[in-house]
Amino acid sequence: MRQRNRVLGWTVMPLFLLACGAFTIYYFVENPGGAMAARLLIYPNVFKLIQQHVLLVVVSSLLAIATALPLGILISRPRFRTLGLVVENVVNVAQTVPSLAVLALAFTFLGWGFNTAVFALWCYSLLPILRNTYAGIRSVSPSILEAARGMGMTPGHILGRIELPLATPIIMGGIRTAVVINVGTATLATFIAGGGLGDLIVTGIGVRRTELILAGAILSAVLAILLDHLLSQAEAEFG
Amino acid sequence: MSFWEFFITRLDRVWALTLEHAWLILVAVAIAIAVGVLVGVLITYSRPAAHGALYFCQVMMTVPSLAMLGLLLPLFGIGFTTGVIALTLYSLLPIVRNTYLGIREINPAVIEAARGMGMRELSILRRIKLPMAFSVIMAGIRTATVMVVGIGAIAYCIGAGGLGEFIFRGISQYNKDLIVIGAVCISLLAILADFLLKRTEKRLSFRS
Amino acid sequence: MIKLEQVSRVFPGSEVPAVVDLTMTIGDGEVCVLVGPSGCGKTTTMKMINRLIDPTSGKIYVNDQDTSKIDPIALRLGIGYVIQEIGLFPHMTIAENVATVPREKGWPRDRINQRVDELMHLVGLNPGTYRNRLPADLSGGQRQRVGVARAMAADPPILLMDEPFGAVDPITRARLQNEFLRLQEQMKKTIVFVTHDIDEAIKMGDRIAVMRDGRLVQYEEPDKLLSMPADDFVATLVGRNRSIKRLHLIKVNDVVQNETPFVTPEASVDEIRSAMEERKTNTVLVVNAVNKLQGVISRAELKGVEGARAAQIAQPVQNTVEWGATLNDALAVMLNYGERYVAVVNSREELKGVITLNYLLDLVRDDAAA
Repeated sequence: MRQRNRVLGWTVMPLFLLACGAFTIYYFVENPGGAMAARLLIYPNVFKLIQQHVLLVVVSSLLAIATALPLGILISRPRFRTLGLVVENVVNVAQTVPSLAVLALAFTFLGWGFNTAVFALWCYSLLPILRNTYAGIRSVSPSILEAARGMGMTPGHILGRIELPLATPIIMGGIRTAVVINVGTATLATFIAGGGLGDLIVTGIGVRRTELILAGAILSAVLAILLDHLLSQAEAEFG
Repeated sequence: MSFWEFFITRLDRVWALTLEHAWLILVAVAIAIAVGVLVGVLITYSRPAAHGALYFCQVMMTVPSLAMLGLLLPLFGIGFTTGVIALTLYSLLPIVRNTYLGIREINPAVIEAARGMGMRELSILRRIKLPMAFSVIMAGIRTATVMVVGIGAIAYCIGAGGLGEFIFRGISQYNKDLIVIGAVCISLLAILADFLLKRTEKRLSFRS
Repeated sequence: MIKLEQVSRVFPGSEVPAVVDLTMTIGDGEVCVLVGPSGCGKTTTMKMINRLIDPTSGKIYVNDQDTSKIDPIALRLGIGYVIQEIGLFPHMTIAENVATVPREKGWPRDRINQRVDELMHLVGLNPGTYRNRLPADLSGGQRQRVGVARAMAADPPILLMDEPFGAVDPITRARLQNEFLRLQEQMKKTIVFVTHDIDEAIKMGDRIAVMRDGRLVQYEEPDKLLSMPADDFVATLVGRNRSIKRLHLIKVNDVVQNETPFVTPEASVDEIRSAMEERKTNTVLVVNAVNKLQGVISRAELKGVEGARAAQIAQPVQNTVEWGATLNDALAVMLNYGERYVAVVNSREELKGVITLNYLLDLVRDDAAA
């Protein structure tokens, strides 16, 4: 039963979502609903926007993982205990700052463009990964660590063989949250000329063309659901 | 003109937009609490309904907020109402989920004791389940509120008003001061809402 | 009176019924203990009485009323319900917990407050100290007391108790059991008591229902259960040393021997000697004119005291048990003082008789032979 659910999770649901996306592209390119929208709703343009969107998400998420994971491990070391507590509190407050605000603030000193958007997304998605890495490692019971030390394991081995494996589910949860947030925030990149599917939505709102809005909205929603689903599968698999 | 001089000249506008923003949040979260707690309570009585409702809310949460606003626009048009609807939808998930989990996590023995002593379902709900799940539900309300303060800023672009105006105007006019005012005000509003709700929760929840 | 008639219960999705064809009657003022291994259906049976679970077939009558025809809320408000300490409402104070049923019944506030204080006194918790505490602030034993008080709040004639003393240490449990038995002597409630502990069942029950795989194996008074187990299952459950367990059940009042060798305080050494010869014992008790126990004299103490009176030679008696104690208590006292008898006295220290070790040995031997 579990095995079957797993196979279904990796195949049926993603294929269904991809089909939804493909149908959306096909439908709106064939029925753009006006000359204005027809200029934007052509296959090369739609694919370009999807590509930009995915790139924004993937690059910023990978950067966030690459920085937040080591940082989270570092601040969980006993010798940085106070630093860890400080970071934890700062992150909790910083997470209440809305993503649009982060994007806009990044714009004020980096200007227009894709890179600014990546920077803002990176900044914002650092937080959940950092917090969960720290919390995950700290949640490992002290008695397990003591047992490991008592058996003569080196700190490096304890980290690699005990702490990280036990913290994996929580860390994976943080990464999933970060990626989903990034898909959402990436739609806002259009406001600072960062590209992505937000272009379609915002232009659509501007020129009152429902087809544009729907195409952008549905595609970004499908992308978000797809990534969230894949990550939740990965979480179940490796967590 | 320095940032502060600029800020002072805009003070009236800052105040007006902050109130507008807060009102938008308040209406949306109030509706979401009423609907979300009700739904959260109802689905505790049926496991399939709970799975369905929670999965639905979960999927809705992953939909990017700009996409959600875009999807609602053709249905409800431009304006405050569409903003409220979108924000309500987003705040439903944390509230529904936490109400459900808060009640489900209560030790079944406690509820059985209440039933065994002859308490009616409504008074069990009012006197046992909701009070015991209170802090979990409040945590959900807090998450929802903080989240929709941010989404509220985006709702500006479908004409729902609020502090988003500063950010969008700032970007289009390339006015950094305006952006900073907007970003800081929204962030402070979110932090303030979080703080106030946390305090309310502490004051109202039972000492445990 | 509670009557179960051919009651069965099958849980959906389960092949094996939880309770099969159960018929039994619980008399007014009786403590009926349902006992058996986990999964034997004892808790299910209890929960069918207040309709937390409805029987699949069969009828249950409480005071000759068919429970399936009574509104479950009304039924439950008339039946006290005690479960393990976790059943206390953690967010309510002790007073609020105890007041649950009266509040549900809509009593006026004054009456509720008065009743709460009364009940807390009854179970030995000082209302001044504990009224406004939360369950988390109390010890395990105190929480169990609150559970009992809460169940008795509206003075229901029937109590259902599911392992009410399960989650505390053995010493506290014994104390709670004794207190509860004392309360029951005054209250005379009809009690259905669920436990997996056969010793608790024997101690608490007027009648014991042994259950296994949803069936009633034996329904008897504790004494009969021990002396005549219906089958091997019951015999194993009550254990090998069941004749010793029976000592728990027999009160000294019922078996005390009145032909005690005793002398008056004025008796001379010769009189003491002849009393010993007559009874073939090495000790005699000294009892005064109003039957008060003055002391004990053993043969060794008679040497070199010619001319003295019994009162001068007598040693104080320590190996006594009170009227109302069990034979088990008597045995414990004998072992404690290394004597072959105990003196039974009432609360005014008047001698009621003695119980000898030989008597206990005979009793246990007869039992084992039976």
